[in-house]
Amino acid sequence: MKKLISLFSFFIISMGVFAQEGKIEMADELRSSGKIYVVVAVMTLLFLSFIVYLFTIDKRLKKIEK
Amino acid sequence: MYKNWWKILASILVLYTVIGGLLIQVPELPILHESIRNLYFHVPMWFAMIVVYLVSVIYSIRYLNSGNENHDLIAVESVNTGIVFGFIGLTSGMIWANYTWGSPWPNDPKLNSAAISTLMYLAYIVLRSSIEEEQKRAKISAIYNIFAFPAMVVLLFILPRLTDSLHPGNGGNPGFGTYDLDRNMRFVFYPAVLGWILISVWIMTIRYRIRLIENKQNQID
Repeated sequence: MKKLISLFSFFIISMGVFAQEGKIEMADELRSSGKIYVVVAVMTLLFLSFIVYLFTIDKRLKKIEK
Repeated sequence: MYKNWWKILASILVLYTVIGGLLIQVPELPILHESIRNLYFHVPMWFAMIVVYLVSVIYSIRYLNSGNENHDLIAVESVNTGIVFGFIGLTSGMIWANYTWGSPWPNDPKLNSAAISTLMYLAYIVLRSSIEEEQKRAKISAIYNIFAFPAMVVLLFILPRLTDSLHPGNGGNPGFGTYDLDRNMRFVFYPAVLGWILISVWIMTIRYRIRLIENKQNQID
């Protein structure tokens, strides 16, 4: 009987552990409400302007070199 | 180096990682949560830094062989670019550490040695500005650079692995490559590394070309 109880309690405890493992917090809500795309848009804009800036510097340099 | 295709390739690669890095599924891990996506942005900075430092040391060796002043100029501008990427790597790592390790600068061997290696390259710049005579400056700083590069590699990749470290991939701590970096993440991570390496080389060539023009003007004056 004692063994059975300890086995049973082990199952209960381990279930708790498993339940906690399943609950890792990710940005699910942010994604579901669609707002992550705002961040994507902002970062894309930032990077694109950085690249355009680099290309214009490159172009101006080419002119000066000639 | 003046051709454009690899610059466009670099832009497309990094643009893809900005979008994909935020949207593509990542493994759900405790503590890290969504911040695991920093892998796509923080780690490529270091890769880019190491590559431009490698370019620098190659041109330092070539300078010692040839005595061509332009090789020396490439070496300097590579170090200048590398330092910028190193500082971005340090600060982005500090922000990440603040939210996952609880402090921006836990006295971790990886962090300390990264700081020391950045200081070593700052010393390269100081050394250069302290010597007036051009050929002497080029020669001494080239030799310094040849010693600095292997020291940087040892500081970043060997010493932190010999002790305990919080940083992934060091001191008994598994790197992202062993099990965290799943297939999805590789598809974003590798293009990010390649893209940022190309961008760092691009910035270096721009700096070098400006330096060449300045140099020419100084000689005319």
